[in-house]
Amino acid sequence: MTSTNGNGHRPGRLRGYSAWSLLRHGLAREEWPRAWHERELRPSYDAVIIGGGVHGLATAYYLARDHGMRDVAVLDRAYIGSGGSGRNTAILRSNYLTPEGVRFYDRSVKLYEHLAADLNFNVMFSQRGHLTLAHNDASLRTMHWRTEVNKLQGVDSEVIGPDRIKELVPYLDTSEDTRYPILGALYHPPGGIVRHDAVVWGYARGADAHGVHIHQQTEVTGIDVERGRVTGVQTTRGRIATPVVLNATAGWASLISDMAGVAMPVQTSPLQAAVTEPVRPFLDTVVVSGTLHVYVSQTDRGELVFGASVDPFASYSMRGSLEFSEGIAGHVLELMPALHRMRLLRQWAGLCDMTPDYSPIMGPTPVEGFYVDVGWGTYGFKAGPVSGEAMAACLAHGKPPEIIAAFGLDRFGDGRLVGEKGAAAVGH
Amino acid sequence: MMLLPCPWCGPRNATEFRFVGEAGPRPDPATVTPEQWRHYLYVHANRCGWSTETWYHRAGCRRYLSVERHTLTHEIRTVRDTATGTTSASTATPEAAR
Repeated sequence: MTSTNGNGHRPGRLRGYSAWSLLRHGLAREEWPRAWHERELRPSYDAVIIGGGVHGLATAYYLARDHGMRDVAVLDRAYIGSGGSGRNTAILRSNYLTPEGVRFYDRSVKLYEHLAADLNFNVMFSQRGHLTLAHNDASLRTMHWRTEVNKLQGVDSEVIGPDRIKELVPYLDTSEDTRYPILGALYHPPGGIVRHDAVVWGYARGADAHGVHIHQQTEVTGIDVERGRVTGVQTTRGRIATPVVLNATAGWASLISDMAGVAMPVQTSPLQAAVTEPVRPFLDTVVVSGTLHVYVSQTDRGELVFGASVDPFASYSMRGSLEFSEGIAGHVLELMPALHRMRLLRQWAGLCDMTPDYSPIMGPTPVEGFYVDVGWGTYGFKAGPVSGEAMAACLAHGKPPEIIAAFGLDRFGDGRLVGEKGAAAVGH
Repeated sequence: MMLLPCPWCGPRNATEFRFVGEAGPRPDPATVTPEQWRHYLYVHANRCGWSTETWYHRAGCRRYLSVERHTLTHEIRTVRDTATGTTSASTATPEAAR
């Protein structure tokens, strides 16, 4: 174990990117070194992580850095960050509803705050504030509830009225004669947006620097279990012997867990998002409306990013639909009528493994050596760092640390659900 | 867009329906243990491939339908009214989104 300050930040170690190196490379026209390397696939590893998204790569990074487990492989059937990690709307926040959830996501925001320095990779975390709008009394009540739970856990949240909302977001239609008048909002100043590809690549670079192997285009086709223990994984590039396997495949979680004979209480549904043409900066907060099923933020390039709730049926298809773009356009215009001439540039979908209680499934399974970090639904990206940190501890010690103790697979059989639907659905 | 061939109303946009979930046998509430009941409630096969599901035609005939659907390509093989057993005349969905 290495020393860290309270926020997990430890300066140094990963170097290479700085203003000085930029100047030097610019003047000398040198090639930049590769951020991470393709390695030979070994026939055995101490641990194999399935899924090269932010969760898998962060787990590998913290395993190597904090627990000295460096003989680790991260496998991805396509390329790193090609699943949910590259398809989310990159919104970070910790204003959840249950104390377990708030503590967990708050730790993640704290880790994100220092991630750029920690990884020596600019992840462009912009803590611009996060507004969840209330259009009816029931939402407003839940927001007061969330505020109090948040405050008890030391998370900055408050309920604000329409006047204050208008100050923060002048383009928002806060008049009373709209279809769904805005009654108030849950304001969460530490929330914001991040550059999601940079987080994936930062972790990949960090893990690689600590000796972790990253294998792209390596699809897992089977998991070998003997007498209740994992002994290896079958891949399209041959068998890998390993005593520890982590399933970090989000939308494909059921397919991988089925290979080990572990049933998962998840249902996979697509979540769609869209981006507009870039315009001058005018929106410096994240705006979310649960009633209208929409969230809006403006990137540093000026594009508006729109997201919605998951498609209303189970599917593994990642095609966009007309219903989505029609619906989102209508809802965005109800919030900000001034955007009526904006044009959508593109839309896409990612797969979400929805759990019954909108909380993740993390920790060991009945098969010894087979761990899961799944059930990430529509809120996985914001939890990347804390999940990596916690799952690394879980893999290294064989039992889940306190911060994820409530999220075990056994909670479904025992009836101990962690109900986060009130704060996790739509509001990202 | 996904077209569901309703046995009563013909091919309709999937937005007219409510997806109820994977179809499976319901355990007997009188004899089931809490663990078995929770398993029935929460655990799904969640297949990437052909799946038998229940859909409710809420903006149409308001019948519950048993639909055999491919969860990756959205092709539909059979649609059957769960109460009467009536099946769709045509199960072809040429415009089914891939």
